[in-house]
Amino acid sequence: MDNFTVGIVVFPGSNCDRDVSWALEGCLDIRTKYLWHESSDLTDVDAIVLPGGFSYGDYLRCGAIARFSPLINALDEFVKSGKRVLGICNGFQILTESGFLPGALVANKNLNFICDDVELDIVSSKGGWFNNGDEKQTIKLPIAHGEGRYHCDSDTLKKLLDNKLIALRYKNNPNGSSFDIAGITNEKGNVLGLMPHPERACDETIGGTDGLFTLKSLILK
Amino acid sequence: MDQFAVKVFIRLRPSVLDPAGEATKSASIKLGAEGIKSLRIGKMIEVKIEGNGENEVREKIDLLCDRLFANTVIEDYEYSLEKL
Repeated sequence: MDNFTVGIVVFPGSNCDRDVSWALEGCLDIRTKYLWHESSDLTDVDAIVLPGGFSYGDYLRCGAIARFSPLINALDEFVKSGKRVLGICNGFQILTESGFLPGALVANKNLNFICDDVELDIVSSKGGWFNNGDEKQTIKLPIAHGEGRYHCDSDTLKKLLDNKLIALRYKNNPNGSSFDIAGITNEKGNVLGLMPHPERACDETIGGTDGLFTLKSLILK
Repeated sequence: MDQFAVKVFIRLRPSVLDPAGEATKSASIKLGAEGIKSLRIGKMIEVKIEGNGENEVREKIDLLCDRLFANTVIEDYEYSLEKL
Protein backbone atom coordinates (compact mmCIF):
# COMPACT_ATOMS: atom_id res chain seq x y z
CA MET A 1 0.00 0.00 0.00
CA ASP A 2 3.03 2.28 0.29
CA ASN A 3 2.67 3.55 -3.25
CA PHE A 4 -1.07 3.85 -3.23
CA THR A 5 -1.84 7.22 -4.79
CA VAL A 6 -5.10 9.13 -4.82
CA GLY A 7 -5.58 11.44 -7.80
CA ILE A 8 -7.31 14.73 -6.95
CA VAL A 9 -8.88 16.29 -10.01
CA VAL A 10 -8.43 20.03 -10.44
CA PHE A 11 -10.84 21.90 -12.68
CA PRO A 12 -10.79 25.64 -13.25
CA GLY A 13 -12.87 26.71 -10.25
CA SER A 14 -12.18 23.73 -7.95
CA ASN A 15 -11.53 25.03 -4.45
CA CYS A 16 -11.46 22.00 -2.15
CA ASP A 17 -8.63 20.19 -3.92
CA ARG A 18 -6.06 21.34 -1.37
CA ASP A 19 -8.33 20.48 1.55
CA VAL A 20 -8.66 16.93 0.23
CA SER A 21 -4.90 16.71 -0.21
CA TRP A 22 -4.31 18.01 3.31
CA ALA A 23 -6.76 15.50 4.78
CA LEU A 24 -5.31 12.54 2.87
CA GLU A 25 -1.63 13.41 3.20
CA GLY A 26 -1.61 15.20 6.56
CA CYS A 27 -4.17 13.19 8.48
CA LEU A 28 -4.01 9.78 6.85
CA ASP A 29 -0.54 9.60 5.33
CA ILE A 30 -1.98 8.67 1.93
CA ARG A 31 -0.07 9.90 -1.09
CA THR A 32 -1.92 12.25 -3.45
CA LYS A 33 -1.39 13.67 -6.88
CA TYR A 34 -3.21 16.59 -8.50
CA LEU A 35 -4.69 15.75 -11.88
CA TRP A 36 -5.38 18.69 -14.18
CA HIS A 37 -8.74 18.24 -15.89
CA GLU A 38 -7.15 18.26 -19.34
CA SER A 39 -5.15 15.16 -18.56
CA SER A 40 -6.56 11.78 -19.46
CA ASP A 41 -3.68 9.69 -18.16
CA LEU A 42 -4.89 7.88 -15.04
CA THR A 43 -2.24 5.17 -15.00
CA ASP A 44 -0.42 6.55 -11.93
CA VAL A 45 -3.41 6.72 -9.64
CA ASP A 46 -5.26 4.04 -7.72
CA ALA A 47 -8.33 6.05 -6.70
CA ILE A 48 -9.77 9.42 -7.64
CA VAL A 49 -11.42 12.28 -5.77
CA LEU A 50 -13.50 14.89 -7.57
CA PRO A 51 -13.34 17.72 -5.05
CA GLY A 52 -15.77 20.51 -4.25
CA GLY A 53 -15.79 23.94 -5.80
CA PHE A 54 -17.32 25.68 -8.77
CA SER A 55 -15.90 23.93 -11.82
CA TYR A 56 -16.21 26.19 -14.86
CA GLY A 57 -17.98 28.75 -12.70
CA ASP A 58 -21.02 26.45 -12.45
CA TYR A 59 -22.00 27.81 -15.87
CA LEU A 60 -25.11 26.32 -17.48
CA ARG A 61 -25.60 23.86 -14.56
CA CYS A 62 -23.23 22.74 -11.80
CA GLY A 63 -20.93 20.10 -13.26
CA ALA A 64 -22.38 20.35 -16.77
CA ILE A 65 -19.25 21.67 -18.48
CA ALA A 66 -16.77 19.64 -16.42
CA ARG A 67 -18.42 16.53 -17.80
CA PHE A 68 -16.78 17.18 -21.17
CA SER A 69 -13.21 17.38 -19.89
CA PRO A 70 -10.70 14.77 -21.11
CA LEU A 71 -10.30 13.52 -17.56
CA ILE A 72 -14.00 12.77 -17.09
CA ASN A 73 -13.98 10.99 -20.46
CA ALA A 74 -11.18 8.78 -19.18
CA LEU A 75 -13.04 8.11 -15.95
CA ASP A 76 -15.43 5.62 -17.53
CA GLU A 77 -12.76 2.98 -17.99
CA PHE A 78 -11.33 3.72 -14.53
CA VAL A 79 -14.74 3.13 -12.92
CA LYS A 80 -15.38 -0.01 -14.98
CA SER A 81 -12.07 -1.42 -13.76
CA GLY A 82 -13.50 -1.27 -10.22
CA LYS A 83 -11.23 1.49 -8.92
CA ARG A 84 -12.77 3.87 -6.43
CA VAL A 85 -14.06 7.35 -7.20
CA LEU A 86 -15.29 9.79 -4.58
CA GLY A 87 -17.20 12.90 -5.66
CA ILE A 88 -17.63 15.53 -2.99
CA CYS A 89 -20.14 18.39 -3.42
CA ASN A 90 -19.32 19.77 -6.90
CA GLY A 91 -17.72 16.36 -7.52
CA PHE A 92 -21.09 14.73 -6.78
CA GLN A 93 -22.76 17.17 -9.21
CA ILE A 94 -20.22 16.20 -11.89
CA LEU A 95 -20.86 12.49 -11.28
CA THR A 96 -24.62 12.93 -11.79
CA GLU A 97 -24.21 15.19 -14.82
CA SER A 98 -21.90 12.68 -16.45
CA GLY A 99 -24.18 9.74 -15.70
CA PHE A 100 -21.93 7.83 -13.28
CA LEU A 101 -24.64 8.30 -10.66
CA PRO A 102 -28.39 8.71 -11.21
CA GLY A 103 -30.46 11.82 -10.45
CA ALA A 104 -29.48 15.48 -10.37
CA LEU A 105 -28.63 18.23 -7.89
CA VAL A 106 -30.66 21.42 -8.08
CA ALA A 107 -31.01 24.70 -6.17
CA ASN A 108 -31.68 24.35 -2.45
CA LYS A 109 -35.35 24.63 -1.59
CA ASN A 110 -34.84 27.82 0.42
CA LEU A 111 -32.47 29.28 -2.22
CA ASN A 112 -29.83 29.94 0.44
CA PHE A 113 -26.24 28.85 0.22
CA ILE A 114 -26.12 26.64 3.31
CA CYS A 115 -22.89 26.40 5.28
CA ASP A 116 -23.43 24.28 8.36
CA ASP A 117 -22.69 21.05 10.17
CA VAL A 118 -25.33 18.39 9.58
CA GLU A 119 -26.21 15.10 11.19
CA LEU A 120 -26.34 12.20 8.77
CA ASP A 121 -27.65 8.67 9.03
CA ILE A 122 -25.50 6.02 7.46
CA VAL A 123 -27.98 3.97 5.44
CA SER A 124 -25.96 1.51 3.40
CA SER A 125 -22.58 -0.07 3.81
CA LYS A 126 -22.28 -0.63 0.06
CA GLY A 127 -18.68 -0.13 -1.03
CA GLY A 128 -17.48 0.14 2.56
CA TRP A 129 -17.41 3.95 2.47
CA PHE A 130 -18.88 4.39 5.96
CA ASN A 131 -18.40 2.79 9.30
CA ASN A 132 -21.71 1.27 10.23
CA GLY A 133 -20.31 -1.84 11.76
CA ASP A 134 -21.04 -0.66 15.29
CA GLU A 135 -23.80 1.22 17.10
CA LYS A 136 -22.79 4.58 15.71
CA GLN A 137 -25.01 4.93 12.68
CA THR A 138 -24.92 8.73 12.69
CA ILE A 139 -22.11 11.06 11.73
CA LYS A 140 -21.70 14.82 11.61
CA LEU A 141 -20.16 16.47 8.56
CA PRO A 142 -20.06 20.03 7.21
CA ILE A 143 -22.07 21.04 4.15
CA ALA A 144 -21.50 24.12 2.00
CA HIS A 145 -23.65 24.34 -1.08
CA GLY A 146 -26.30 26.34 -2.91
CA GLU A 147 -27.35 23.57 -5.25
CA GLY A 148 -27.45 20.39 -3.22
CA ARG A 149 -31.07 19.35 -3.43
CA TYR A 150 -30.98 15.80 -4.72
CA HIS A 151 -33.74 15.11 -7.22
CA CYS A 152 -34.74 11.94 -9.02
CA ASP A 153 -37.94 10.45 -10.40
CA SER A 154 -39.87 7.79 -8.50
CA ASP A 155 -38.52 4.91 -10.61
CA THR A 156 -34.95 5.96 -9.87
CA LEU A 157 -35.73 6.32 -6.18
CA LYS A 158 -37.17 2.82 -6.14
CA LYS A 159 -34.03 1.51 -7.84
CA LEU A 160 -31.86 3.30 -5.27
CA LEU A 161 -33.87 1.78 -2.43
CA ASP A 162 -34.10 -1.72 -3.91
CA ASN A 163 -30.37 -1.89 -4.58
CA LYS A 164 -29.32 -0.22 -1.34
CA LEU A 165 -27.57 2.61 -3.16
CA ILE A 166 -28.49 5.36 -0.72
CA ALA A 167 -25.43 5.85 1.43
CA LEU A 168 -26.32 8.87 3.57
CA ARG A 169 -29.54 10.64 4.58
CA TYR A 170 -29.88 13.99 6.33
CA LYS A 171 -31.45 13.76 9.78
CA ASN A 172 -32.90 17.26 9.34
CA ASN A 173 -33.11 17.77 5.60
CA PRO A 174 -31.55 21.22 5.04
CA ASN A 175 -32.07 21.63 1.29
CA GLY A 176 -35.23 19.78 0.28
CA SER A 177 -33.50 16.70 -1.14
CA SER A 178 -35.77 13.83 -2.23
CA PHE A 179 -35.96 11.22 0.52
CA ASP A 180 -33.41 13.28 2.55
CA ILE A 181 -30.66 11.93 0.31
CA ALA A 182 -27.16 13.30 1.00
CA GLY A 183 -25.06 10.67 -0.77
CA ILE A 184 -25.43 7.68 -3.08
CA THR A 185 -23.25 4.99 -4.63
CA ASN A 186 -23.33 3.25 -7.99
CA GLU A 187 -24.47 -0.37 -8.14
CA LYS A 188 -20.96 -1.74 -7.87
CA GLY A 189 -20.27 0.46 -4.85
CA ASN A 190 -16.96 1.81 -6.14
CA VAL A 191 -18.35 5.28 -6.88
CA LEU A 192 -19.68 7.47 -4.07
CA GLY A 193 -21.10 10.96 -4.48
CA LEU A 194 -22.08 13.06 -1.49
CA MET A 195 -22.84 16.72 -0.78
CA PRO A 196 -21.22 16.86 2.71
CA HIS A 197 -17.48 17.43 2.96
CA PRO A 198 -15.64 14.57 4.72
CA GLU A 199 -12.29 16.31 4.10
CA ARG A 200 -13.40 19.13 6.40
CA ALA A 201 -13.96 16.72 9.27
CA CYS A 202 -10.60 15.03 9.65
CA ASP A 203 -9.11 16.71 12.71
CA GLU A 204 -10.54 17.39 16.18
CA THR A 205 -9.13 20.91 16.15
CA ILE A 206 -11.44 21.87 13.29
CA GLY A 207 -14.53 20.30 14.76
CA GLY A 208 -14.54 16.56 14.25
CA THR A 209 -13.13 13.45 12.64
CA ASP A 210 -16.23 11.81 11.19
CA GLY A 211 -14.89 12.28 7.66
CA LEU A 212 -11.75 10.22 8.19
CA PHE A 213 -13.36 6.84 7.62
CA THR A 214 -14.68 7.75 4.17
CA LEU A 215 -11.37 9.16 2.96
CA LYS A 216 -9.46 6.23 4.40
CA SER A 217 -11.75 3.82 2.58
CA LEU A 218 -10.38 5.13 -0.74
CA ILE A 219 -7.60 2.59 -0.31
CA LEU A 220 -10.03 -0.36 -0.15
CA LYS A 221 -9.86 -2.74 -3.06
CA MET B 1 -24.59 26.09 -46.49
CA ASP B 2 -27.68 27.56 -44.91
CA GLN B 3 -27.58 29.58 -41.74
CA PHE B 4 -30.24 29.30 -39.05
CA ALA B 5 -31.11 31.23 -35.92
CA VAL B 6 -32.22 28.85 -33.21
CA LYS B 7 -33.87 29.72 -29.92
CA VAL B 8 -33.76 26.94 -27.36
CA PHE B 9 -36.10 27.12 -24.35
CA ILE B 10 -35.19 25.04 -21.32
CA ARG B 11 -37.66 24.54 -18.49
CA LEU B 12 -37.54 22.67 -15.23
CA ARG B 13 -39.83 19.68 -15.49
CA PRO B 14 -43.20 20.26 -13.81
CA SER B 15 -42.32 17.75 -11.09
CA VAL B 16 -39.22 19.72 -10.05
CA LEU B 17 -39.76 22.45 -7.49
CA ASP B 18 -38.58 25.85 -8.74
CA PRO B 19 -37.69 27.90 -5.65
CA ALA B 20 -36.42 30.84 -7.75
CA GLY B 21 -39.78 30.92 -9.52
CA GLU B 22 -41.59 30.79 -6.17
CA ALA B 23 -39.49 33.68 -4.81
CA THR B 24 -40.16 35.74 -7.94
CA LYS B 25 -43.86 34.96 -7.72
CA SER B 26 -43.86 36.19 -4.15
CA ALA B 27 -42.07 39.42 -5.19
CA SER B 28 -44.53 39.89 -8.07
CA ILE B 29 -47.43 39.76 -5.64
CA LYS B 30 -45.65 42.24 -3.37
CA LEU B 31 -45.30 44.54 -6.38
CA GLY B 32 -49.06 44.54 -6.61
CA ALA B 33 -49.55 42.23 -9.60
CA GLU B 34 -52.75 40.30 -9.13
CA GLY B 35 -53.90 37.01 -10.52
CA ILE B 36 -50.55 35.20 -10.84
CA LYS B 37 -51.32 31.52 -10.57
CA SER B 38 -47.91 30.12 -11.37
CA LEU B 39 -44.46 31.45 -12.18
CA ARG B 40 -41.54 29.29 -13.24
CA ILE B 41 -38.13 30.36 -14.48
CA GLY B 42 -36.31 28.74 -17.37
CA LYS B 43 -33.44 29.52 -19.70
CA MET B 44 -33.25 30.60 -23.30
CA ILE B 45 -30.20 29.93 -25.45
CA GLU B 46 -29.74 31.61 -28.84
CA VAL B 47 -27.58 29.82 -31.38
CA LYS B 48 -26.59 30.79 -34.90
CA ILE B 49 -25.63 27.66 -36.76
CA GLU B 50 -24.75 26.59 -40.31
CA GLY B 51 -25.70 23.33 -41.97
CA ASN B 52 -26.90 21.64 -45.12
CA GLY B 53 -30.59 22.21 -44.71
CA GLU B 54 -32.99 22.22 -41.80
CA ASN B 55 -32.87 18.49 -41.08
CA GLU B 56 -29.11 18.47 -40.55
CA VAL B 57 -29.32 21.51 -38.30
CA ARG B 58 -32.15 19.95 -36.29
CA GLU B 59 -29.99 16.86 -35.72
CA LYS B 60 -27.17 19.03 -34.38
CA ILE B 61 -29.49 21.03 -32.13
CA ASP B 62 -31.16 17.86 -30.81
CA LEU B 63 -27.75 16.52 -29.83
CA LEU B 64 -26.75 19.79 -28.16
CA CYS B 65 -30.02 20.00 -26.24
CA ASP B 66 -29.98 16.39 -25.14
CA ARG B 67 -26.33 16.19 -24.14
CA LEU B 68 -25.42 19.69 -23.02
CA PHE B 69 -28.02 22.47 -22.95
CA ALA B 70 -30.54 20.56 -20.83
CA ASN B 71 -30.25 17.87 -18.19
CA THR B 72 -33.23 15.74 -19.09
CA VAL B 73 -33.39 14.32 -15.58
CA ILE B 74 -34.74 17.67 -14.41
CA GLU B 75 -35.39 19.74 -17.54
CA ASP B 76 -37.45 19.70 -20.75
CA TYR B 77 -36.50 21.63 -23.85
CA GLU B 78 -38.02 22.88 -27.08
CA TYR B 79 -36.67 25.13 -29.79
CA SER B 80 -37.67 27.29 -32.70
CA LEU B 81 -35.64 27.57 -35.86
CA GLU B 82 -35.51 30.37 -38.40
CA LYS B 83 -33.60 30.31 -41.70
CA LEU B 84 -31.51 33.45 -42.13
